[in-house]
Amino acid sequence: MLPNMKALIGAIILFRIAGSLPAAAAPLPVEEVAAGVFVHVGVAAYADRSNKGDVANMGFIIGADAVAVIDTGNSPALARDLRDAIRQRTSLPIRYVINTHMHPDHVFGNGAFLDDRPDFVAHANYQSALMGRADAYQRRLEEDLGAEEADKAVMVPPTLTVGDKRELDLGGRPIELVAWPAGHTNNDLTVMDRTTGTLFAGDLVFQRRLPTVDGSALGWLRDLDKLTAMPAARVVPGHGPASAPWPDGAADTLRYLNTLVGDIRALQKEGGTIERASVEAAASERQHWNLFDEDNPRNAVTVFAELEWE
Amino acid sequence: MSLRVKRPHVRLTAAVVALAMTTGVAVAQTATSRSGDAKPDDYERWENVREIYFPDRKIEDGAAFITLEAPYRAQDAALVPVSVKATVPRDAGWSIKTVTLLIDGNPVPLAGKFHLFDEAGGGGVEISTRVRVNEYTLIHAVAETSDGRLFSAERYVKAAGGCSAPAMKNPEQAMARLGKMRMNLPQSLPVGTPVTAQLLVSHPNHSGMQFDQISRTYVPPYFVKSIKVSYAGQPVMDVETDISLSEDPSLHFTFVPKAAGELDVQVLDSKDDVYTGEWPVTPQPAS
Repeated sequence: MLPNMKALIGAIILFRIAGSLPAAAAPLPVEEVAAGVFVHVGVAAYADRSNKGDVANMGFIIGADAVAVIDTGNSPALARDLRDAIRQRTSLPIRYVINTHMHPDHVFGNGAFLDDRPDFVAHANYQSALMGRADAYQRRLEEDLGAEEADKAVMVPPTLTVGDKRELDLGGRPIELVAWPAGHTNNDLTVMDRTTGTLFAGDLVFQRRLPTVDGSALGWLRDLDKLTAMPAARVVPGHGPASAPWPDGAADTLRYLNTLVGDIRALQKEGGTIERASVEAAASERQHWNLFDEDNPRNAVTVFAELEWE
Repeated sequence: MSLRVKRPHVRLTAAVVALAMTTGVAVAQTATSRSGDAKPDDYERWENVREIYFPDRKIEDGAAFITLEAPYRAQDAALVPVSVKATVPRDAGWSIKTVTLLIDGNPVPLAGKFHLFDEAGGGGVEISTRVRVNEYTLIHAVAETSDGRLFSAERYVKAAGGCSAPAMKNPEQAMARLGKMRMNLPQSLPVGTPVTAQLLVSHPNHSGMQFDQISRTYVPPYFVKSIKVSYAGQPVMDVETDISLSEDPSLHFTFVPKAAGELDVQVLDSKDDVYTGEWPVTPQPAS
């Protein structure tokens, strides 16, 4: 517990320094996808200076007593704008900041909420997965957004972790958290707003931007099997539109993963090499996705190595 | 930079690794031009690496008969497929005894030293494996012939961070199958014709450069040190390996099926644990 407290205090100090810098306040545009459920849509691109790291979806749910934030974007500046968007709509306390997994485009804004003293909520595997990559993530943030912005980013350790399931209450508004076995990453967490049937799927569901495999492709397909059986009116994908009907909203992700796995299995059966997989696997999916050329070869290499042990 | 390696098979301490990491070259992943190809520095480094592994030896250009293949821009720096092919004319009067695969820019450049035997199919060589690449670098394959000459082929690879990349996307699963092996044999095994087989060894192959931010320590190096493959009681290939091999080492090698026999594999890791595997080979008579 002690190292975490130290990190938290360090993070708070860092944030106060960052907070004293002039902020270009402009509330992020958000869409109310269901009563009291708001989503900001990120662009389907890599984080860079021109998009300021606004590349993943972020959302918040307003209950009768409190607010829950779901994912905080790729930078503190962006998250401050998200916070402004919340404050335009409510003055209720921000009680929870939930991270759907440890990727930088979903967590680097956490520091913007430290003053609200929320519980930071994540999957039980979140912290070890994040800390194993922290140096690389920090370096990449510096490359993508510049040293000034990267210096302000803090990695806030979770104060509440979920190993299986957990329910939170925003005041007459229960939200259900489910921790999944390794899929997109080894720490995927979904959030269901029962009141409106809105499922925040994090990066277990992608649209438009090519899914990336950083956990297990087969595990991901198993997760989606169960997830699509959960009744919901709509899904908020980690990347893609603000919301989509459920379970149809998972169709693109399922099709891509099934194609990738199917192509690689077929290739392995005929003795094909990992080099060939990086060129040929899931080639039929190219037209459907942004960043296909950038990320598909790597997915193919990752999944090839995974399937060798099937 | 030459500080990083004093002699082959140097055991890495955390301090050496930390030094290697802080001297590592910063990398931009976005460039797509080939302007970043090997620079004079890369050749200077090769001179150092060459002197460490082949002191006072002359290395001739082997480009004419050795092909070294690797992606120019690697998809995953911790899993870069590399293959070495060498064709030796039947009447050359010499064969290839060893192939040494070196990733010049890695803290331990040696990825593998492959000792080849007649069972591997005579003079020719075809080996593939997967390596970690820590920074943009030249890689080299050096073949030593039975008459004592050295030949090399080189390739430039753009990849970075492969040695310090976090271990294992799915750690629990990976450790559960520690030491397990797989042998992928081709469907057709004609007697007397060299065929390619793939050996997979499940092992984390921790480089010693993977930093655990929670414990604030480096994950200790824990890697496969040697792999010995034999067929029908005769050695096919002995490989000395190190931390530059990827997690779950993969090895493609050739052998010549003859009368029924067994492929035997013995793997030794840095904790001196030994793992073995046997696979019956049922060849088809030449038609």
